[in-house]
Amino acid sequence: MKIGQSIPRVDSYDKATGRTKYTDDLCDQNALVAKILHANVAHAIVKSVDTSEAEDMPGVIGVFTCFDVPECTFPTAGHPWSTVESHQDVMDRHLLTKHVRYYGDDVAAVVAEDEVSAVRALEKIHVEYEVLPFVLDVQEAMKDGAPQLHERFKNNILAHTDIRRGNLAEAIKEPGLTRIEGWYDTPTVQHCHIENACCYAYMENGRVNVVASTQIPHITRRCIGQALGIDWGMVRLVKPYIGGGFGDKQDALYEPLCAWLSMQVGGRLVKLECTREETFQNCRVRHAIRYHLISWVRKDGTLVGRKLECYSNQGAYASHGHGVCAKGMNAVPQIYPCPNIECDSWTVFTNRQVAGAMRGYGMPQVTFALESHVDDICQALGLDPLEYRRKTTMPLGYVDAFSKNELYSDSFNQTLDVGSAYIEYEKKRKEYSHQTGRFRRGVGLSVFWYNTAVWPISLETSACRMVMNQDGSIQLQVGETEIGQGADTAFAQMAAETLGISIDKVHVVSCQDTDVTPYGTGAYASRQTYAAGMAVRGCAEAFKQHILEVAFPYTRMQPYLMDIVDDQIIRTTDGRVLMSLGDLAKQKLYDLENCEHLTMEKTAQLKTNAYSFGCGFAEVEVDLEMCQVKVLKLINVHDAGTLVNPALARAQVQGGMSMGLGYALSEKMLYDEKTGRLLNGNLLDYKLSTTMDHPHLEARFVQNAEPTSAYGTKALGEPPVLPVAPAVRNAILQATGVGLDELPMRPHLLYEKFKEAHLI
Amino acid sequence: MSNRQFKMVTCTINGKERTAMVDVRASLTDMLRNDYSLTSVKKGCEVGECGACAVIIDGECFNSCIYMAIWADGKNITTLEGLTGPKGELSDLQQAFVDETAIQCGFCTPGFILEAETILQKGKIYTDDELRKLLSGHLCRCTGYDNILRAVRKTMYRRQGLPIPPEEDGEER
Repeated sequence: MKIGQSIPRVDSYDKATGRTKYTDDLCDQNALVAKILHANVAHAIVKSVDTSEAEDMPGVIGVFTCFDVPECTFPTAGHPWSTVESHQDVMDRHLLTKHVRYYGDDVAAVVAEDEVSAVRALEKIHVEYEVLPFVLDVQEAMKDGAPQLHERFKNNILAHTDIRRGNLAEAIKEPGLTRIEGWYDTPTVQHCHIENACCYAYMENGRVNVVASTQIPHITRRCIGQALGIDWGMVRLVKPYIGGGFGDKQDALYEPLCAWLSMQVGGRLVKLECTREETFQNCRVRHAIRYHLISWVRKDGTLVGRKLECYSNQGAYASHGHGVCAKGMNAVPQIYPCPNIECDSWTVFTNRQVAGAMRGYGMPQVTFALESHVDDICQALGLDPLEYRRKTTMPLGYVDAFSKNELYSDSFNQTLDVGSAYIEYEKKRKEYSHQTGRFRRGVGLSVFWYNTAVWPISLETSACRMVMNQDGSIQLQVGETEIGQGADTAFAQMAAETLGISIDKVHVVSCQDTDVTPYGTGAYASRQTYAAGMAVRGCAEAFKQHILEVAFPYTRMQPYLMDIVDDQIIRTTDGRVLMSLGDLAKQKLYDLENCEHLTMEKTAQLKTNAYSFGCGFAEVEVDLEMCQVKVLKLINVHDAGTLVNPALARAQVQGGMSMGLGYALSEKMLYDEKTGRLLNGNLLDYKLSTTMDHPHLEARFVQNAEPTSAYGTKALGEPPVLPVAPAVRNAILQATGVGLDELPMRPHLLYEKFKEAHLI
Repeated sequence: MSNRQFKMVTCTINGKERTAMVDVRASLTDMLRNDYSLTSVKKGCEVGECGACAVIIDGECFNSCIYMAIWADGKNITTLEGLTGPKGELSDLQQAFVDETAIQCGFCTPGFILEAETILQKGKIYTDDELRKLLSGHLCRCTGYDNILRAVRKTMYRRQGLPIPPEEDGEER
C-alpha cells in the first residue's frame, strides 16, 4: 500500500538544501523593476497625475497612471470561470484606479532599471485628489448616506442572501423557552505567507509570459486576459514553487498589472515584487465578519428557533465576495439542525483592505461565533458543553438538500471521544468548576464543519496527464498546485498505488505552466486530494489498461490476464513476472514497426462533495491580574477520511492550529480612524505567533474512508484553523465565567471584560 | 550611475574566498543573492522581522537583510548551500528536518536550519523552553513549529551521544 505511508515529501531534499527555486530566484537579474504608487488617502477621485518630473529621473523607463490603463474591468477571485453571467465574479477592478477606494490603492506605476530608481521616481509623481469621506465599519457602511464605494452597489451591499425554514415567529411563542442572544466579532487578519507576492513578465513571440507565486495558474491566466482585454491564449502563466499562499494567492494579485507593464515597455522583462508592507496593504485579508445570533431553546437544550445575521466586511473590491460569508451562514443550520430558522448575510464594501480567500473561507469566523454561542447557551441552561454537542450536532446519515452531502460516519462523536480523553475533559471540568484567586484554569471545546471542494456552488474539475519514460517511470501533471501542503507527495503516492509502480518511479512535475499543464483550477477549498485525486485515479486506471493492451504483442497474454505489480507486468493467473515495465516501455518506444509515445490524459468532473468534521479542545490558564491567557494544552481531532500520508497530515493540522491560535490571541489588523490607514502592516507590529507563543500542538485523526472519494480522502488543508479560537474562548469562559465575544482575545480586551465582570 | 558608490568586499563564503564590487547601500542578502546566486537566502521582509534571510557570520546567526554587504569584508559566511556536503550530502540537522516533516513550503527552512546549527554548535543541551526562545526570531506560517522543534531537539541529543528523552510538552513519536 502506497496510501497511508508517511514517506518524506518528494521535494524535501531540495528544500532542505535551499535548492528549490521560487519566483524571485528564477528572475533574471537584468529585469526591469516595477513599483507602484499607492494612494495616501482612503477614498478619493484622482483629478490629475503629474508624471513629468518622475519621467526625467535617471533609470526610469516609463511612468504609467490610472489614465493610461485599459478601460476594461476584471475580477480577481480564484473561482473557476462561469459561462453563466450571473455566476461570474464581480468585475470591479482596473489595473490602476482613478477612484481610490482604500488607503494604499494603486494609482500609478513606474518601470525603471533598478529598484532604487523606481522608488525615487515614485516620490516625484504628483497626484491631485478630490478627497471623499470614507467608512471602515461594516454596519456604518450599510447606512443611508454612507460614503459609496461602487456606484452600482447601493448602500455598499455587494450581496445579501438568506435562509428561511419553518416559522420562527410562531415557533418562539412556545411557553418556557429560553432566549439567548449574542453579538460576536471577528478581526481582519492577513495570511502572512513568508514569501511575499511576486511575479515577473516578458513577451515571447508576441505572447505575454508571466511567472508568478500563485495557487491558481490557469485562473490567473484568465484574469490577466480579462484585465488586459486580450485573448486568454495570448497569456502564458508559469507557477514555480511558492513560499506559502493560504488563500492570498488564490486571487489574481499583481500579475495582470505586471503583464501590462511589460507590454508597455516593448515586452521587456519586468519584475513586480511586493514588499512585506505591500503584502499586508495591497494583497488580500480575511473578511472581518460580525455576527448576531439569537437562539430559542427548551430547558433540555432542544433548539426550537434560531436567528442569525452576518455582516461581512469586504473592503474596497469584490474579490471572492459574498461566497465567504455565505459559506459560513449556510453551515450553521447544518451543524446544528433546527426546524425554524431565519438567517441573513450581507457582504459590504468599506474603505479597507480587500478581503479574499483565506484558509477556512468564512468558517473560522462563523465557527467562533456559533461555538461561542453554543457555550453561552450551555451556561445559561446549566448544561455540559460536551454532552450538549453530542446531542445536538448533525446526526449520522444527515443529507444536505443542496449539496447532496451525506454524513456517512459518526465523525462528531468519534472525534469528541478522542479529544475529550486527551484533554481529560470530565476530570478537569470538575476540578476547575470552583476556583478563586489570581490564576484560573478551564477547558473548552469546539466542533467544526467543513466541505471538501466547491461543487455544487461552481465547476469542480481536475485533469491529469501521465507520460511514461523508457525506464517505466512516469511524469505526472495536474493543474492542482503544490503550495507547501504536500500535494505533490500525495499525488505521487496515489499514482503509484493505482498504477502498481514504486513511489520513486512517479516524477511529479511540480511546476504548472498553462501552455503544457492540463487544465485544473488550483489549490483551494481543501480540494486537492479529493478533486485531483479523482483525476489521478481516473488517469492511472486508464493508463494501466492501455499499458496492458500495449503489452499484449510482447507477452502474448490477454490484457485481462495481466496486472502491474511492483513495476512488473505479471500474469494474474499464476503471478508469474512476464516483463518489467521498463522493458515494456523500451520495447514500445523503440519498436521499429509499432512505436508509440506512452501517455494518458483524463479529466475528472466532480458531482459530489464531502463533509469533513472534527473538534478541538483547549486547556488554558488565565492570569486575571495580567489579563493574559496561557494555552496549556491544545488538540485538534479530524475525520479527514483516509490519510494519504499521516505525517504530512499531522503537519497540516499543526500549521492550521498555529494559525488558529494567532486568530484567537494575537492577530488583528488595526486602522487609524482619522485616515483609514492600516497601522500595523508589518511583521513587527502584527503579532504572528513565534515558537515561544505555542504549546505543543496535538493533532489526531479518526479515519473513516469517505465513500465518494477516489482514495477515501476529504478536506484537511483548511479545517485545522476552525476550532482553535472558540475552544480557547470557551476554556476562558469556564475559567473565569466571562464569555468573550470578540477576537483576538488580547489583554486589552480581557482587561475591559474582566473589569465589567468585577473580576479585577 | 555616477552618484553610486561601490566598494570591494572580500570575504569567505561557504569555505571559499570571494571578492565582489558591491553597492555600499546593498544588504548582505542582496550581495549573496545577486552577486553569488545563493538563492537559499530568502527575502521575507527585508527589515529583520522574519528570519528567512539568516546566514551564519563568524559562527553567529544574523538576518542578512539588515547586515550591510560592506560589513561582510573579511568575514566568514555560511549559507545553507555551505551546510550541505560537497557531494550534496545532507547534514544530520538537514536530515532531521526531512525526517521530522519540519518542512512545508520551505521558505523559512534555510533560516531555521542555520539558526539551529549555530545553537547546536554551542554543544549544550537546552530545555524545550530555551530552544523555543532561541528559535523565536524565525517566523513560519506552515508548520506551527512543532516538527521544527522536534528536529532540532533530536539532533541536539544525537550530537551529544545522549538518548532522546520524551518531550516536555508533547508525546514522543
